[in-house]
Amino acid sequence: MAKSILFFKKKKGNIIPGFGLSMGITITMLSLIVLIPLFSIIITLSDTTLEDFWQIISDEQTIAAYKVSLTCAGIAAAVNFIFGILLAWILTRYQFPMKRFVDGLIELPFALPTAVAGISLTTLYSDKGWIGSIFSKWDIKISYTKTGITIAMIFIGIPFVVRSIQPVLEKLDLQYEEAAEVMGASRFCIFRRIVLPEILPAALAGFGLAFARSIGEYGSVVFIAGNIPYETQITPLIIMNKLEQFNYSAATSIALVMLIFAFIILFSINLLQSLISRIANG
Amino acid sequence: MKQKRKQTQWLLIFIGIVFITIMLVLPLATVLVYALRQGWNAFYGAINDDYTKMALSLTLKTTIVVVMINTLFGIFASWAVTKYRFRIKHILTTLIDIPFSISPIIAGLVFILVFGRIGWAYPFLEKFDISIVFATPGVHIVTIFVTFPFVFRELVPIMTAQGSDEESAAALMGAGWIRIFRKITFPHIKWGLLYGMILCTARALGEFGAVSVVSGHLRGKTVTLPLHVEILFNEFKITSAFAVSSILVIIAVIILIMRNIVEYRVKKEER
Repeated sequence: MAKSILFFKKKKGNIIPGFGLSMGITITMLSLIVLIPLFSIIITLSDTTLEDFWQIISDEQTIAAYKVSLTCAGIAAAVNFIFGILLAWILTRYQFPMKRFVDGLIELPFALPTAVAGISLTTLYSDKGWIGSIFSKWDIKISYTKTGITIAMIFIGIPFVVRSIQPVLEKLDLQYEEAAEVMGASRFCIFRRIVLPEILPAALAGFGLAFARSIGEYGSVVFIAGNIPYETQITPLIIMNKLEQFNYSAATSIALVMLIFAFIILFSINLLQSLISRIANG
Repeated sequence: MKQKRKQTQWLLIFIGIVFITIMLVLPLATVLVYALRQGWNAFYGAINDDYTKMALSLTLKTTIVVVMINTLFGIFASWAVTKYRFRIKHILTTLIDIPFSISPIIAGLVFILVFGRIGWAYPFLEKFDISIVFATPGVHIVTIFVTFPFVFRELVPIMTAQGSDEESAAALMGAGWIRIFRKITFPHIKWGLLYGMILCTARALGEFGAVSVVSGHLRGKTVTLPLHVEILFNEFKITSAFAVSSILVIIAVIILIMRNIVEYRVKKEER
């Protein structure tokens, strides 16, 4: 106990009052709201044997759901990676009418409630919707398919990549590009050799955030997914179904798998980032 | 050469605008067009419905409670993390950030595991006849969880940049922490604080997944505006669903505009 108090003890030489109070409130609220509830996952799973746990998380339908979640989120994050770089580029380097409006609009997926985004995308891409009706002429369905899920995940991921790159591009010194141009490098070569290495770590961070967010996303994806087992069932939906059947241990087991996925993604992106910056710094 | 560069420039802008239009403008337009598809009367009827009003009032109450609590937490936590030096600072920051990277469904699930019928706190709650899951306190708590780091995250960089020299000087001269905060720290962070509160409001108003796990969908009692939209949509009352959505869209657009104004002020402050 004495040791744990020592951890929170401030180092000497600081005279600002209020340490005990602010730290006390912080730790108490953090424990009550975040840590103790999250710890309940472990408490609940302690009743489940390893065999049962494995059986639940490796159920055929559940594995199909992991695949749907991971592939759709991966494709969506990749699309956002490319368009995020493009959007950040035109927003920082070019002038065009309504630029401020476009810039503000990027945040829309953060501000718009996910359920509203969900029903709106579902309607837009259904057979009768503005975009869906165009594709239905060629017998292509978008709502209630994996394509629909991917589109919803692209929607929620747009701000992540754009907003990670924008500050980096704004700070980038133009003189290297100018020097390269004077020496006769093509625009594409300048982008690939000078700009891209600078923005790549930020872009990857955005990619990781968008990817992790898409896997966990529920509101905007659930309507367009349509909940067809093996086809368009995403992992959060499986958890929701288990909860509706009051199968709490199954829901918790799958939740743990999702948490591990999210952790692995964020960890590997961090690793990749530090690797890139190490290469960039020699 | 110059001509060619202009061409690529406009091509890139064109692609960007097309992407934004398809992915962002059309969904937004869909909400408004479908809400008014059957005329103003149908729109007004959907909004003037009793369940809609109850859902709106629950959503507003939840948002106020959540933003207040998280603002308080954000101020104390960012103060604790930036004004003092202690060992586990990095771990503490990471722990506070957890809700940001957790699926809303899991956020709802963990509170079922604590307060639900199988939860370890359930016998205690039953004794005092308190219900949290499938009741309004549950809606409040999960929303606090999902928006937990918002204010904190905005304040930490500002307070770190400001440093703690001024506070130390004031403390040396004998000022108490309330006075130090009010006179020194607050003026520095006020725009950042407002920015964090706006982000928190946006998320709290629209939270769907986590709330839908713990709310139990009791109409008129635990149904928030986003859940009400879901119910209407699943009942194929498309026009009503979009009419109610349009309330949320209008709030979202107002939040976006406020956010842009405040962001501009924050950037100005940092210079």
